[in-house]
Amino acid sequence: MAKRFDIRRQWGFTTIAMICFFLLYLPIITLVVFAFNSGQSLAVWEGVSFRWFVAAWNNSQVQEAAIRSLVIALFASTVATFSATMAALATTRTAPYRGLTFKYAFINQPLMVPEIVTAVALLIIFARIKVWTGYSGLGYLILAHTAFCIPFAYLPIRARLESMDLTMERAAADLYATPWNAFRRITLPLLWPGILAGFMLAFVISLDDVVITEFVKSGGQDTLPTYMLGQLRRIITPEMNAISTVFLVISVLIVTLFFLVSRKRA
Amino acid sequence: MRDTKEAARGVAIDVRGVSKVFQGTGQDRVTALDNVFVTIRENEFFTLLGPSGCGKTTLLRLIAGFDFPTEGEILLYGQDIAPLPPFKRPVNTVFQNYALFPHMTVGQNIGFGLEMLGKPRGETDARVDEMLKLVRMEELKNRRTSQISGGQQQRVALARAQAPQPKVLLLDEPLSALDYKLRKDMQIELKRLQNETGITFIFVTHDQEEALTMSDRIAVMSKGKILQIGSPRDIYDRPAERFVANFIGETNFLAGAIESTGKGRAKVRHGSGAILSAALPEGFIDKKNVTVVVRPEHAQISGVRKGATLKGMLENVVYFGTDTHFHVRLEDGAEFVVRQQNKRGIASGLTAGEAVGIAIGEEAAQVLRD
Amino acid sequence: MASAKQVAQSAHRKDVLNRWLLSTPALLIILFAAVGPLFIVLLYSFMVKGDYGDVKFGQFSLDGWFNVFMQRDIFDDTLTINDAHLAIFWRSMKLSLTTTILTAIFGFPTAYFIATRSERNRDIWLFLVTIPFWTNLLIRTFAMQEVIRNEGVINSVLKWLGVIDQPIQMMYTDWGILFGMVYVYLPLMVLPLYASMEKLDFRLVEAGYDLYANSFQVLWRIIIPIVKPGIIAGSILVFIPSLGAYVTPRVLGGGKNMMLGNLIDLQFGQGRNWPLGSAISISLMAIVMLALLFYVRNATSSGARHG
Repeated sequence: MAKRFDIRRQWGFTTIAMICFFLLYLPIITLVVFAFNSGQSLAVWEGVSFRWFVAAWNNSQVQEAAIRSLVIALFASTVATFSATMAALATTRTAPYRGLTFKYAFINQPLMVPEIVTAVALLIIFARIKVWTGYSGLGYLILAHTAFCIPFAYLPIRARLESMDLTMERAAADLYATPWNAFRRITLPLLWPGILAGFMLAFVISLDDVVITEFVKSGGQDTLPTYMLGQLRRIITPEMNAISTVFLVISVLIVTLFFLVSRKRA
Repeated sequence: MRDTKEAARGVAIDVRGVSKVFQGTGQDRVTALDNVFVTIRENEFFTLLGPSGCGKTTLLRLIAGFDFPTEGEILLYGQDIAPLPPFKRPVNTVFQNYALFPHMTVGQNIGFGLEMLGKPRGETDARVDEMLKLVRMEELKNRRTSQISGGQQQRVALARAQAPQPKVLLLDEPLSALDYKLRKDMQIELKRLQNETGITFIFVTHDQEEALTMSDRIAVMSKGKILQIGSPRDIYDRPAERFVANFIGETNFLAGAIESTGKGRAKVRHGSGAILSAALPEGFIDKKNVTVVVRPEHAQISGVRKGATLKGMLENVVYFGTDTHFHVRLEDGAEFVVRQQNKRGIASGLTAGEAVGIAIGEEAAQVLRD
Repeated sequence: MASAKQVAQSAHRKDVLNRWLLSTPALLIILFAAVGPLFIVLLYSFMVKGDYGDVKFGQFSLDGWFNVFMQRDIFDDTLTINDAHLAIFWRSMKLSLTTTILTAIFGFPTAYFIATRSERNRDIWLFLVTIPFWTNLLIRTFAMQEVIRNEGVINSVLKWLGVIDQPIQMMYTDWGILFGMVYVYLPLMVLPLYASMEKLDFRLVEAGYDLYANSFQVLWRIIIPIVKPGIIAGSILVFIPSLGAYVTPRVLGGGKNMMLGNLIDLQFGQGRNWPLGSAISISLMAIVMLALLFYVRNATSSGARHG
C-alpha cells in the first residue's frame, strides 16, 4: 500500500522539529527533576526528596525576594494595564491623525531597545535622582517595570480592540448613550478579555525581568531573578532548582490562563 | 385625496444643500453626497433607493449623527441638528448588521435606549414587554442575542430602535441579510409597523422591488445625487432620467426629435418617422433630441396593421409562465420589448420572423430629462 | 449658527484632543523611564568620567567615544586600537549572527511542523513551544548550564556511553554562549515564522507540485519567498536581543568571554567609566537601529505586515 503523497511533507522537517522540541525541554526537565533530588548534587541522582523545596521555603532571602518580585509585578502591571488601555483606546479604530504613528512607535519603544541599554540609562538617571532626593525605595523599580510592561499590555488590548466593530458604540450612541456610558456599558465589557490578557502578560514580564532590575536596584533590593543570578556565582545546590521549578510552574499557570482568556470570544 | 393628506403632514426631516466629501490620504477625494435637497414628511415611509456607492447610506448616517456634512444643513422638525451628537438626536437606527450587543440579552438590548435616557425601571420593563409583543418575540426575552436566528435578530434590532419612541426611524438595508421568504414577510411586517406606530421611516435599500412595494415616496439616488423623488407609481410610470428608468423595472428607450410641445406633453418624431405623444418630465430643459421611454407592459403588439405606432420585425418570443416577452427589432435598428400577460390557453398567435406592429398609448410614453 | 464645516472641524479637533489626553499617562511613563533616559545616555557619553564612577557633570570630553575602539597608553601616550574591545564587538556580532542563522535553520522546520498539524493539535504544539518562551531567561540559562557543564547532562551521558574520557569543555567558551543563546531565542524565531506559515495557502504548494517541482524546489521557490516576512521578523526578534545579551554570556561565559552587554556592565561597575559605557551603549543602539531599518525596508518592500 503506497503511502499517500502529502504535499506538506518536507524532507527531514519533522525530524528536526522533534529534535528541537526535545532539546527545548531537555534542560527544563532536567532542572525540574533534580529539584527533587535528595542529594546535594545537580547531576548525581540520589533519590526523591522535597527537602530543597522546604529549604527554599524557609530561606528568608528567598522569601523576601519573592515578595518583592510579586509586589513590584502587581503595581507595575496594574499601572501599565491602565495606561496601556487608555493608550490603546486612543490609538485604535481611528482614521490616521497627526502623531499617531509617532505615538505607536513611542509606546512600543521598550520592545525595540536592547534591555542592557535601557538598564544603564535608568541606572544613570536614578543614580542622580537618588542623590537629589535621597529616596531609595521600590519606586524606581516599579517605575522601570511599568515602563517596559506597557507595550506588553498594550498589544493584546489593541488586538482585541481592533476586532471590535465600531458599530456597537455607534448603536449605543444612537440609543442615547453618552460617550462615557457607551464606554462603560459596551466597550469595556467587550474589551475586558483583552485587558485581562494584557495584565497577565505584563505581570509575567515583570516577574521575569532580570537585566533592568539588576541595574536599577539598590543594595538588598533583590527580586527573585536577581537573587538567583547572584547565587549562580556560588556553589549551587538543588535549592536553585526548587526555586526555578516553582517559578516555572507559576509562569506556566499564568500563561495558560492568558491563552484561555485570549481564546474566549465574547 | 392622497395629495391633500400628504400636504397636511408636517416636515420631519429637511435636508438642505447637503454635501459630503471624504478626503482620503493624499489626493483622493470622494464626493459621497453632492448638494442634496430632500424633504421627508411626518409619518411617511420614505425610501432612499440606489446602487451601492450612491450615497444613500452616507445620507442616513448624517441624519443619525455618525458623521458631519461638509456643507449644508439638516433640520429635524425645523431645528438644525448638525451640532447635536447622535445620543442627543431623537432619531434611532436599525443597522444593516443589526449591531445587537452580544453581552446582553434580548430584553436588555431592547431596553437599552430607555435605560440611557434615564427612564425608571418599571417604565423600561413595561415598554420592553410591549415591544416584544409587537415583534412577537416574548419568549425570547432572556435569550442571549448570539443564540437567536438572523430573522429574530432583525426583529430585536427593530424593537430596540423603536422602544425609545423616536420621531424618526432610520433603517439601513435591514432586510438584505435575510433569505427571500423571510424578507418578503418582513417587508409586510415593516409596512404594518409603520402604519400602526405612525413613526417616520427612512428606509435605505438597493432593491427596487422592495422600494416599490413598501414606500410612500422614493428618492432615487446615484453617485451622490438625488435624481428623482416621487411616489412608487410616479417613479415607475414617469421616470425622469435614464438612470431611474434603467434602475427600476425594465424599459424601452426610443430616440427621437421634438416636433412640438404644449401642456406638459410633447410630440416626438421617432427615427422611423412615427410620431409619439409623450409626457414631459419636471424641470425639462428645451432641447431637440430626446429619449422617450416606454415600459414593456404599456405597449401592445399585434400583426402589422394600420394604426400601429411603430413597425418592426419580431425576433424572439420568450415565454415566462406569467407573461410572454416579445423582442422586436424596429426599423431604425433599435430593440423593443413588449410584455403581455398570458391568458390561459390562448397563444399570442405571433411567431418569430413576422412583421409586427407596436401600439403605444398616450399615457405610456415619457420623455427623459437627459 | 455654525457652518457645517465648522461643526465637523470642531468635533474632529475635540476627538484628537481626547485621544492625546488618553495617551498621556502611557507616553509620560515611557518618556520618563524608557525614551528619555536614552538621551541622557547620549549626553553622558560626552562627559568626563568621575573618579568613583558617575561623571563630572557639565564637563565634556570625547574620551568616552574615543575609548570605544582606541586606547591611549598611559605611559607614552601612543594610540593603539583597543584589541580587547574590538574582540568583544566582533564576538558579539559573530555570536548574534550565528545565533540568528542557527535559530532560523532549526526554527523553520519546527514552525513548519506546527503549521502543518491539524487545527486541533496545532494549539497544543504552539503551547508547547510557548512555554519555554515564557520561562524566565535566567532559569533557562541556568537550565542550559546544567546541560553543558563538565558534570552536566551531555558530558555525563557521553562519558557513560564511553564516547569520551574527559568532559568536553563547553562552559566558559564561546560555544557555550552560542548554545545558550540559540536555546533561549529559538521560540522567538519560531513564533513569527509560524504566524507567516499559518497564512500560507497550501494550494500554491499544490500548484508547484502540479508543475513538476520537487519538494526542495517547492520549498526554495515557493514556500520560503512567501514566508519571507516571517523569516525577517524572526531574525530581527532574535538578532536584536542577542546582540545586547547580558545574562547568557555572564552565566555561561564567565568573566572572560564578554559580549557587548557585559562590557557595558563592566564600565558601570568595576571599570568606573560611565562615559565609555554610555558610548558603547549608543553604539549598540546604532547597530540595532540599522538592523531595524533593514527590517522595515524589507518588510514594506515585500508588501508584508508584521507577522
